[in-house]
Amino acid sequence: MSVSKAKRPMTLESLLPKLVLAPTTAAMLICMYGFMIWTGALSFTKSRMLPQWDFVGFEQYGKLFDNPRWDVALNNLVIFGILFIAISLLLGLLLAIFLDQKIRGEGAIRTIYLYPMAVSFVVTGTAWKWILNPSLGLEKLVRDLGFEDFEFRWLVDQDMALYTIVIAAVWQSSGFIMAMFLAGLRGIDDSLIKAAQIDGASPTQAYWHVILPILRPVFFSAIVILSHIAIKSFDLVQALTGGGPGYASDLPANFMYTFAFNRAQMGVGAASAMIMLMGVLAILIPYLYSELRGQKNAS
Amino acid sequence: MLANSSGMNFGRAFIYALLGLFALLYLTPLYVMLSTSFKDIEEIRSGNLLALPQDPTLYAWSKAWSSACTGSECEGLAPFFMNSVKIVVPAVLISTIIGALNGYVLSKWRFRGSEILFGALLFGCFIPFQVILLPMARLLATLGLANTVTGLVLVHVIYGVAFTTLFFRNFYVGIPTELVKAAQLDGASFFQIFRHIFLPVSIPIFTVTIIWQFTQIWNDFLFGVVYSGPGTQPITVALNNLVNTSMGGKEYNVDMAAAVIAALPTLLVYVLAGKYFVRGLTAGAVKG
Repeated sequence: MSVSKAKRPMTLESLLPKLVLAPTTAAMLICMYGFMIWTGALSFTKSRMLPQWDFVGFEQYGKLFDNPRWDVALNNLVIFGILFIAISLLLGLLLAIFLDQKIRGEGAIRTIYLYPMAVSFVVTGTAWKWILNPSLGLEKLVRDLGFEDFEFRWLVDQDMALYTIVIAAVWQSSGFIMAMFLAGLRGIDDSLIKAAQIDGASPTQAYWHVILPILRPVFFSAIVILSHIAIKSFDLVQALTGGGPGYASDLPANFMYTFAFNRAQMGVGAASAMIMLMGVLAILIPYLYSELRGQKNAS
Repeated sequence: MLANSSGMNFGRAFIYALLGLFALLYLTPLYVMLSTSFKDIEEIRSGNLLALPQDPTLYAWSKAWSSACTGSECEGLAPFFMNSVKIVVPAVLISTIIGALNGYVLSKWRFRGSEILFGALLFGCFIPFQVILLPMARLLATLGLANTVTGLVLVHVIYGVAFTTLFFRNFYVGIPTELVKAAQLDGASFFQIFRHIFLPVSIPIFTVTIIWQFTQIWNDFLFGVVYSGPGTQPITVALNNLVNTSMGGKEYNVDMAAAVIAALPTLLVYVLAGKYFVRGLTAGAVKG
């Protein structure tokens, strides 16, 4: 009797860690993995306004890829993704290398490069929409400087609207990439560069042949982060171009939102969401795999 | 030698010039937003983007705050600012507290399967939310929480906990497990150990997590636009509506004042606690 009495509080106490994690586990199983499966299942049904469970195989995926708008959105994502990632990497690396030269006022400059990251994409989009305004924005500024014929109408140009999104996205995210590279550079021993220079390498050569290879993991994480931002980009497009003119600057996330919530095409929306998930997984799985392997090798 | 040192000086001057130029470029949008917000519409039409306001006026600010149209209603951003506050405060607090306890368990009270659980949770940081939007809308409707502030708080807590857990777990891993063992021998309970050993050293990680969550949730647009209704929209959604509502002439000064109002809370946090903000960014870097 006394034994079991002593034991009971022990068991409750030993259950506590699991009890604490229980709500999170339940929420995760239902609202992440369960919902993923739900959306996956939905993408194989005829659902339009409301979910319904008549399975039609890959019909919605067929519809999706026959849709010229989805085609545009996917193409845009590739162009946007490549430009956004390449420019952010280049700019971030360059600024980080220059900031790493024992610069006076480094803290202040870093703060300036990074502040856009604190602002929402909607604010960024609103600001750039005004700056790039076809009649009163940049165009007028340059004309006032004396270049009377200067034209800058990317925002309303079918072929150029996407690039305004690249500009705004780079402005917002490149400072963060700079911070990542700077942290990476700070972790490198100064003597490495000195040794390379004693061997007769110019500073450029030293960076190219010694420093950049060491920064490889930073490149890797930066690319994963940037491509993740690119695939999820929604707010910026919505605020800056609204996907327009027409649907010329749509990205997959905007397509998904439009079809699932404005057009009552739930099946197509679910199918597009699943394709987005596949895209993220295609980037993530190799990354996690190499990270885990790296950790194992390290220990 | 001399040529070399002057070459170095030239190089350094170039570096400073380039860094300065980029600093100006990064600052320009903020400057344009602010200067435009203090101009009247006449001056906007006649002047240019970079010109300072000749005759600064608060007209745009007062209109953006209290009378600009954000769709069918014209009450400015004030009510939506309050909506965001009502969403952000509970969502940040709840997700942070849950994250702290989760992190405590996942770092110091591991059990069979807890590492797998952590991995599964971490994976949730990466999923594109488009994949959960539709079923979540159904769940909220079933719970009677569609278009409510409570519903939005719930959504932000559920999808924020993965990050807060990650933050706390990685922080608590650094606390020696011997401390827990010793406290257990002294008869301290699960919660006593948390309160007396972990909480007192947790101030930095609480700061990082709260700032991170605050920025994320304040800046959220996707959940806001999908799960809010008229009257419960957060400020990001209202800002987007305000900019795209064209009743009468377009008032760019009001748009800009509204954008600055929407950005102000997170900018303020960044200026006051930038160090912690950057730490959160790097800790949450897996997500981006």
